[in-house]
Amino acid sequence: MLKSKTFVKKTRSGGVMKIVREHYLRDDIWCGSEACTECKHESTVLQKDACIESNLCSYPHYLVPDTNVVLHQIDILEDPVIRNVIILQTVLQEVRHRSAPIYKRLKDIIHEKEKHVYTFTNEHHKETFIEREPGESANDRNDRAIRVAAKWYSQHLKASEAEADGLKVVLLTNDQGNKQKAEESGLLVYKCEEYIKSLIANPELVDRLALSNDEKNEITSSKVLFPEHLPLSRIQAGIKSGTFLQGTLRASRDNYLEATVFVQREQDDGTEVLIQGLQNLNRAVHQDVVAVQLLPRNQWVAPSSVVLQDEGPAKDDGVEDEDEENVLKTSAAESARKLTGKVVGIIKRNWRPFCGMLNVSHIKESTRHLFTPADRRIPRIRIETRQASSLVGQRIMVAIDGWPKDSRYPNGHFVRSLGGAGEKDTEQEVLLLEHDVPHQAFSQAVLSFLPKMPWSITPEDMVKREDLRSLTVCSVDPPGCTDIDDALHCRELENGNLEVGVHIADVSHFIRSGNALDKEAANRGTTVYLCGKRIDMVPELLSSNLCSLRSNVDRLAFSCIWEMNHKAEILKTRFTKSVINSKASLTYAEAQMRIDDTNNNDDITVSLRGLNKLAKILKRQRIAKGALTLSSLEVRFHMDSETHDPIDLQTKELMETNSMVEEFMLLANISVAQKIHDEFPECALLRKHPAPPPSNYDILLKAAKSKDVEIHTDSAKALADSLDVAKVDGFPYFNTLLRILATRCMMQAVYFCSGMDSDFHHYGLASPIYTHFTSPIRRYADIIVHRLLAVAIGADSTYADLTDKHKQSALCNNLNYRHKMSQYAQRASVAFHTQLFFKSRGVLNEEGFVLFVRKNAIIVLIPKFGLEGTVFFDSKDKAAPNIAFDEEGPTLKVEHHTFHIFDKVKVTISLDDSNIQHQKIRMALTEPVIAGVSVAIPDAEPQAKKPKLDR
Amino acid sequence: MAGLELLSDQGYRLDGRKATELRKVQARMGVFAQADGSAYLEQGNTKALAVVYGPHEMRGSRSRTLHDRAVINCQYSMATFSTAERKRRPHGDRKSTEMSLHLKQTFEAAVMTQLYPRSQIDIYVKILQSDGGNYSVCVNAATLAVIDAGIPMRDYVCACTVGFVDETPLADLCFAEESGGVSSLALALLPRGGQIALLQMDARLHQDHLETLIEAAMTACKGVSKVLDEVVRQHLQERSVLSGE
Ligand SMILES: [Zn+2]
Repeated sequence: MLKSKTFVKKTRSGGVMKIVREHYLRDDIWCGSEACTECKHESTVLQKDACIESNLCSYPHYLVPDTNVVLHQIDILEDPVIRNVIILQTVLQEVRHRSAPIYKRLKDIIHEKEKHVYTFTNEHHKETFIEREPGESANDRNDRAIRVAAKWYSQHLKASEAEADGLKVVLLTNDQGNKQKAEESGLLVYKCEEYIKSLIANPELVDRLALSNDEKNEITSSKVLFPEHLPLSRIQAGIKSGTFLQGTLRASRDNYLEATVFVQREQDDGTEVLIQGLQNLNRAVHQDVVAVQLLPRNQWVAPSSVVLQDEGPAKDDGVEDEDEENVLKTSAAESARKLTGKVVGIIKRNWRPFCGMLNVSHIKESTRHLFTPADRRIPRIRIETRQASSLVGQRIMVAIDGWPKDSRYPNGHFVRSLGGAGEKDTEQEVLLLEHDVPHQAFSQAVLSFLPKMPWSITPEDMVKREDLRSLTVCSVDPPGCTDIDDALHCRELENGNLEVGVHIADVSHFIRSGNALDKEAANRGTTVYLCGKRIDMVPELLSSNLCSLRSNVDRLAFSCIWEMNHKAEILKTRFTKSVINSKASLTYAEAQMRIDDTNNNDDITVSLRGLNKLAKILKRQRIAKGALTLSSLEVRFHMDSETHDPIDLQTKELMETNSMVEEFMLLANISVAQKIHDEFPECALLRKHPAPPPSNYDILLKAAKSKDVEIHTDSAKALADSLDVAKVDGFPYFNTLLRILATRCMMQAVYFCSGMDSDFHHYGLASPIYTHFTSPIRRYADIIVHRLLAVAIGADSTYADLTDKHKQSALCNNLNYRHKMSQYAQRASVAFHTQLFFKSRGVLNEEGFVLFVRKNAIIVLIPKFGLEGTVFFDSKDKAAPNIAFDEEGPTLKVEHHTFHIFDKVKVTISLDDSNIQHQKIRMALTEPVIAGVSVAIPDAEPQAKKPKLDR
Repeated sequence: MAGLELLSDQGYRLDGRKATELRKVQARMGVFAQADGSAYLEQGNTKALAVVYGPHEMRGSRSRTLHDRAVINCQYSMATFSTAERKRRPHGDRKSTEMSLHLKQTFEAAVMTQLYPRSQIDIYVKILQSDGGNYSVCVNAATLAVIDAGIPMRDYVCACTVGFVDETPLADLCFAEESGGVSSLALALLPRGGQIALLQMDARLHQDHLETLIEAAMTACKGVSKVLDEVVRQHLQERSVLSGE
C-alpha cells in the first residue's frame, strides 16, 4: 500500500507565511509510449509510428510544447494534423493558472483519443522533478523542468527498444533563451513557427499560427497610438484605494467609439461608466474585464445618439478617425452627462474566435489583411494569410493574438472557414457561433443514455404512477409542432365541480441526473428555434417521440390536477406522475373551430369548452390583479417546402385558444412554484421578473405625452390600466405601439435559486411566485423543477446537486445566459430571413410609424411585416440636410419637417447587400416629402440603394 | 483563479499521491522513560506525541470514580509552533476540549476498562506539527502509547481522515486538501472486528456518497493498522533483543 518514496519538502512563501508541503516522488509514472518496453503501463497513448510529414524532422517524433506555445498556439494544437503530443504537468499547471478557457481547450484535446496526447506527471516523477535553485525565478525553473523532462524522454526512448523505430522527442518553444539552453543540452528543439512551416504536407496550418511578439513590430508603424496599460499590481492597488473601478466592458452596437463599463461600487448598487473615443477605450475589446479611471467632471460627456459604424474601405492607421470622433463631441446638456472614464488597464481579456469576413488588402501581394467581425462590437482584426484570394466571399473565424500599443487594430490569425457568405447554411452557422449556441450533433456518449427502442411502458414504470389513460386529454399547439410538451383535460365531477388537468411530458423520467445526456441538456439549457430549423436541447428520439405527448399513444406525464368550482377558484391541487393517452393533437385553429361549432358535442369539444370558459375567468382575474398584456410583433415566414426560402411573411395572429392554453400553463407554473418552494425553501428553482426602475419608462412617458395621453407607472396595475384606456381618435394602432414601447421598458425575467434571493415577484404576471414547469422538452429549468416536484411528492429520489443552492445558482446563471443568447439568435435568424424575403421582392413602398427618434435618424416600424428599420438623414454620399434634434420631445427637425414619435410615414424598403456581411434592410423616406431627403416612390431605382463599394 | 486542483485527470493528488494512498507513517514507541507508555508518530508532516499514565488510583475528585471500570482521561493540545501561523493556544479552548472528548470516546471503546475498576488512565496527546488529519494522527499515536503502557485493548484503534472530491474518495487528507473545500470525514476503527469507534463529520455530504466514503475510510484505517502493527512488532523485537542480552 505504502510504496517507499523519497520525499522532498517544497517550500512556498506567500505573504508572511511559510508553507511546507509534502511532495512525493514516484517511480510508477509511465511514459505512455507504445514503443516502450520498459514501462509497465497497461494502456498507451502515444503511437509507435508518430509521423508528421515535416522537412525538419524526417523521423517519427513526439512533440513537447512549452507553456507559451500552448497558450498562444492552441489553435494549431487543436488541428487534427498535430498528433502525438506530450503535455507536461508543469505546462498543464501553468496553463491552468494563466488562462481558464485555454486550459479547458487543452483538456478537450487531451481527452480526444485520435489526437494521442499524453499528460506526463513530471513533477512527481523521481527522475524529472527538480528543485528551484537559489536565485532562479519560478519561470526559469519551469522552463528547466520542461527541458529536464524532454531530456528524460529522449534518453528513456533511446534506452528502451524504441530506438529501433528512430523515435525522438522534439521540444517546441518560442523563447530564444530556452531554445539555446535546450540545444546546449543536446535536445532537438524548434520554434513553433519553424516547425509548423516545415510541415510540407499541410501548408494551410501556417495561417493558423498566432503572431508572436517579434513579428508584431514589422507590421505596424512605430507610431504609438495608445497609452500603456498599467501592470496588474498597480491596477489592484488602484482598485483597493478607489482610484480605479473594475468592470466588464460592453461596446456599443451602434457606435464603435463608445462603450460602457458596469462597475460595482460600495456606496450604491453599481453604476455605468461611459467610455468614449479610441484613446479612452485604449484597446479594450467587448467583454474584457477592465480597470477604469473616472475623468474629471468637466470632461464628462453624454452618450451619443449618433449611429456610427466603422465601415467603408479599410482605413490606414487612425488618420480619418479624428473627424468621426469629433462627431461625438457635441455639447450636451449638463444633465444628460454621464459618469465618464477611460480604460487604464486590462484585468482579463475575454477573447474568443470571432466570425466575420476578410477585407482583402488593396496591395495584391500583401499577406496582411483586415478582418471585419460579424459582431459590430468587436473591432476589426489584422491577420496574415496566404490564401486571401480563396477566402474572399467566405465567412471565416479569426482569433485575436494581441493588440500592441502602436497598432490601430488588434493582430490575429485565421482559424477556419465556415463557407460562402450569404449562403443559408453558412449564415446559420455564423449566427449560432456568434450567439454561443451549442449546436453540434449529439455525441455517442450522450446518445448512449437514450432508452432502447422499441420502447414501452414497463410495470416498474407504473409503480409510482396513476393511470390516467381513460381521461379525455388533448393537446393544442401551433401547426407543425412535433415536440408537444403539454396536454390538457377538463371534466365535470359528480359534486358539480370541475376537474382540470395539465399534463406535462415526463422528461425527467428519461434524463437521469448526472449522466452525459443530462450534462449536455444542462449545458444547452434550451431548445433554440430558428426560422426553419430547431436546435434541440435533447436528442430527437426524446423531443419528437418518447416525450412528445402525441395523440393515441401511451405517454408518461407529470400531471397537475386541480378541482375548481365554476368561478375558477381552486379548491384542491394535487400533483402526480401519470400515464396518459391523448385523444387528439389539435392546432389552435382546430381547437377554436371545435369550440365555435355548436353542433359538435363530443368529449374533446366539451372538455375544450370547459377549459376555455375557465381560462377566460382566470385571465380576467389575472388582469384585475395587474398582470400586463404587452405586445411585440412576431412574424412568421411561409417557407417554400423545397428550397426553404421564405415566400411569404405574416404577423402571428392570436386566437382565443392560444390564451386558453397559456392561462393553464401559467396556473400550473404558479401551483408548482408554490409547492416546490414550500418543500424546498432553500433550493427551489424559480423565475422572477423584477420591476423596472422608474427611469426605464422615460421614453414611454414622453411618447405618450406627445399624444396627450397619460401613463401611470407606479405599479404594474396602474400601468396595465392606463395602457388599457390609452386611445387616440383616428389612430387605432396607437395602443399597440404604446404596448410595444412598454415592452421595451421591461426587465428580463430570470431564473434564480430561492435560497439566494429574497425578491420572488414576477412583475409582468403580477404573481408573487413563479417558475417554469410546462416545457421540459425544450427548457432545462423545467427538468430541474420536475425533479424537485417529484422529490416533493415522493415519486423520485433526490441527489446531491439538486439541493445544493450554490450549484443551482450557477446552473441558473447558465440557463439565463443561454436563454438570452437563444433569443438573440432567434431575432438574428428572423432578420436574416426577412432579408432573403426582401431580396426576392425587390423594392417595396410601405406605411409605417416612427418608433424612436435619434439624433440623425428615425426608427420606423412597419406593422405589416413586424419590421423595424432605420431611416438615416445624414448619409456620406450626399450633403447632409439641416437637422435639429430636441431631446425633450424627443423630436427631430429635418429641414422644415419635424418628426415625432408615432408619426405615420411612408418608406421604401429594399435590401442593401452592398456589404455582404451586414446585409441590411434599407429604408428611405417617401412621405412626408422633404426636398433633398425623401426619395421618389419606387418604380425607378431609389437613390438610397445605390451600392457602395466595400472593397 | 480557481482553487487548487485536488485530483488531476491522471489521478494524482497535490502532493503526488494517488487517491487511496496514505502519507508516509513513521513512529517510535517508548520515547519517554518516566511515563508508563509513550509514542511519537509522524504521518506526513503531521507530528504528534502521546504519553500514557496509568492505570492508577483516582486522582482529584473521587466522585468520578466508576465501580466497574476505569476512567479514561484525555487531554489534547497543540504546540504553539505547530502551525504556520504561530499563536498562543490557551489550554481548554473549545476546539481542544472537543478533541479531548472525541479521543476519550474513542479510547473508551477500545481499552478494556472493565479490567481496572476504580482506577484512572491518563492519555496526553500533543500535536507538534500540524498538516491535516490531527484527530487521526492523535488516535494513532495514542494507540501506540497505550500499547507501550501495556494496557490491554480490544484491538488497535486506527483512525484516518478521508475526503470526497470529484466523486472519488481521497484517503488521509493533508492540510491543503482539508482546507481546499473537501467534505471530510474522520473515522476511528477497530480493524479486526470492523467496529467503528468514532465517526465524525461536520461538512455537508450527500447521503448517497456516505457509504462509499465510509468504505474508503475503513480501507484506509486498515492500511494504518498494518503500519502500526509493524511498528509494534519492530519495537518488541528491539526490546527482546535488548533484554535478551
Ligand atoms: Zn517508457
